[in-house]
Amino acid sequence: MRRFSWFNVTSLTLGFAFLYLPMIILVVYSFNSSRLVTVWAGFSTKWYGELLQNEDFLQAAWVTIKVAFFASSIATVLGTMAAYVLVRGGRFHGRTLFSGMIYAPLVMPEVITGLSLLLLFIGIGLDRGILTVILAHTTFAMCYVSVVVSSRLISFDRSLEEAALDLGCSPFEAFRLVTLPIIAPAVISGWLLAFTLSLDDLVIASFTTGPGATTLPIKVFSAVRLGVSPEINALSTIMIGIVTIGVITTSLISKRSAIKQAREERAADRST
Amino acid sequence: MAQTVFAPWNDPKEKPLIEFVNVTKRFGDFTAIDNLSQKIYAKEFFALLGPSGCGKTTMMRMLGGFETPTSGKILLAGQDIGAVPPNKRAVNMMFQSYALFPHISVWENIAFGLKREGMAKVKIAARVDEMLRLTRLEKFSGRKPHQISGGQRQRVALARSLAKAPKLLLLDEPLGALDKKLRQETQFELMDIQESTGTTFVIVTHDQEEAMTVASRVAVMDHGKIVQVATPDVIYEAPNSVYVADFIGDVNLIEGTAKARKTSNTTKQLAAQPIAEPEVSPKPEPSSDRKPQPNERGEWLHDKLLEPVLGKRAAVQKTVATAPISETATSVAPAPKPSDLPDGGLEIAWLDNGKPLIASNADPSLDGAKVVLALRPEKLSISTEEPDAANVLRGKVIDIAYLGNISTYYVQLETGTMVKAQIANTRRVSRRDITWEDQVWLSFRATAGVVLEQEA
Repeated sequence: MRRFSWFNVTSLTLGFAFLYLPMIILVVYSFNSSRLVTVWAGFSTKWYGELLQNEDFLQAAWVTIKVAFFASSIATVLGTMAAYVLVRGGRFHGRTLFSGMIYAPLVMPEVITGLSLLLLFIGIGLDRGILTVILAHTTFAMCYVSVVVSSRLISFDRSLEEAALDLGCSPFEAFRLVTLPIIAPAVISGWLLAFTLSLDDLVIASFTTGPGATTLPIKVFSAVRLGVSPEINALSTIMIGIVTIGVITTSLISKRSAIKQAREERAADRST
Repeated sequence: MAQTVFAPWNDPKEKPLIEFVNVTKRFGDFTAIDNLSQKIYAKEFFALLGPSGCGKTTMMRMLGGFETPTSGKILLAGQDIGAVPPNKRAVNMMFQSYALFPHISVWENIAFGLKREGMAKVKIAARVDEMLRLTRLEKFSGRKPHQISGGQRQRVALARSLAKAPKLLLLDEPLGALDKKLRQETQFELMDIQESTGTTFVIVTHDQEEAMTVASRVAVMDHGKIVQVATPDVIYEAPNSVYVADFIGDVNLIEGTAKARKTSNTTKQLAAQPIAEPEVSPKPEPSSDRKPQPNERGEWLHDKLLEPVLGKRAAVQKTVATAPISETATSVAPAPKPSDLPDGGLEIAWLDNGKPLIASNADPSLDGAKVVLALRPEKLSISTEEPDAANVLRGKVIDIAYLGNISTYYVQLETGTMVKAQIANTRRVSRRDITWEDQVWLSFRATAGVVLEQEA
């Protein structure tokens, strides 16, 4: 019995190559000692060292992290609230409209989101800078958080909240003491997802950014227009690393808690 | 005189703990509770029983504060609690899914409600330990809910809901998730705990056996109304409608037309006899304070149906539970001779052939009405030779269900009607003399059935 036919192996290889070959090349060339991007001249980590000397890049990285942190935190609070209302609120007028509107930014072209936010900021006379980027990122990250959190809330046993009320909690206490601790893994996943999305966003950030608020993706993009340097490769490798760690952590958190629970339940059943 | 018998519903001076006053609850077009009034007394174990969708869960959720009545009032100790939110009521609920908080330990789960009250730490610890002892969970206090078994979880849920010493504890299908053996054990545990804590319990269940076992009174519900409220034995032996008779236990329903029977002077004697009885009857045993007693409706039914056979209620009180059993026991033996036949009651003509059935305990005022004779299968005797009894039916054994402790015979009468007869297998070797396709005689006493008006 062969589990993999030739066809399967070929399509798998081609698919993965298509997805990951460019990234592998990028990572490999970030360790190239030559200044020319396409000519291999031996292994070196000097570009990473030089990257750390580059004030501009470090500044942009710091801005990006600040933006990502604040945007994802605000998005997590708002997204969790939105998910809670949509799942728990029951049937109220305009519920379908609201849930549609929450998810719309998921499919909206980023150019449109960015442009409309730019127009809004100009319209209300808000000076573009780090604050506007944070606001813009909050907007689109929020819907991702609410998708993740609401899928957890749907499978959440409502009687747990009723039990909390029954035992003397106010509705807010019930949320804080019972609901939130239980859905915490989903909320953390949502936060990490929002963080990574904000970290690598270029389009919306470039529409809404202003002086002194250049994020890393913008910096990279403008630097590349002057020619690809190995420094950019090194930087991109680091970003790939961060995003990968973020995504893996997100899925591990949810998976491990599920596995742990299943294992302990089996143990409990055996012990009786 | 009947002070030791727990029956507050018979005492007009007793104040109810809970009172539903003309409560209606609608969900959109659907009426879940339909103009319902009911009193529940302190220390009762009150069961709401009915098929799904009958409104029993809605009634309980209104007591818990999770639903508010559309109209009418719910009084708890005299106060209207209709608008009081669940966290401000002296009512706790044990949820069907147990709803244990998975992120905290068993100990913390039980302490949860006490902490919300702002009770002192030392007092909380003492109370939680008391609850752990009561439910025999001391060993598991440090575990998380998913680290214990189903039965233990059920006890944690009970301990948690009892910890705040509520006036009223609501139990929503509390034993539904347990297997049969464990369920039976837990039923008795529940009764013990209910008695030792003196808490009023209201239990919602669709399992009639469970309701009959644990409850002091059972309310059978249908379509948002309570059809009958009575002690388990009255519900079983004197159902007030075909619905109740059919819902509780197994029953043969024989339709026919009633005709009043001639009453001779013996009826007078029957009526006169019980008056002398109660004064000489021994007092009920003091230990039997849980012994059920009928409410007004049950009493009325009793007077109509059981009195001619069993005597007046005072005399019956000590034997209320045993009276039906003694009748059941004799049903295995040949039915009584027609000469024992009491007068009065009704004759029921059915399927216009054969002898009319005699129900001497029936209300003669039903004369001429379309009636249903509800006959519990264990009240029927089965024999291969024609017995000398008030009511005798002839038929053929179609099926035998051997259940170990009892056997149910499905007998097809000559008229085509199927009748079930249940015989206790008191001997190890089952009665092999009756088998499939055998011609048999079914017989039952003139007082064995309950005559009910046919429902439209």
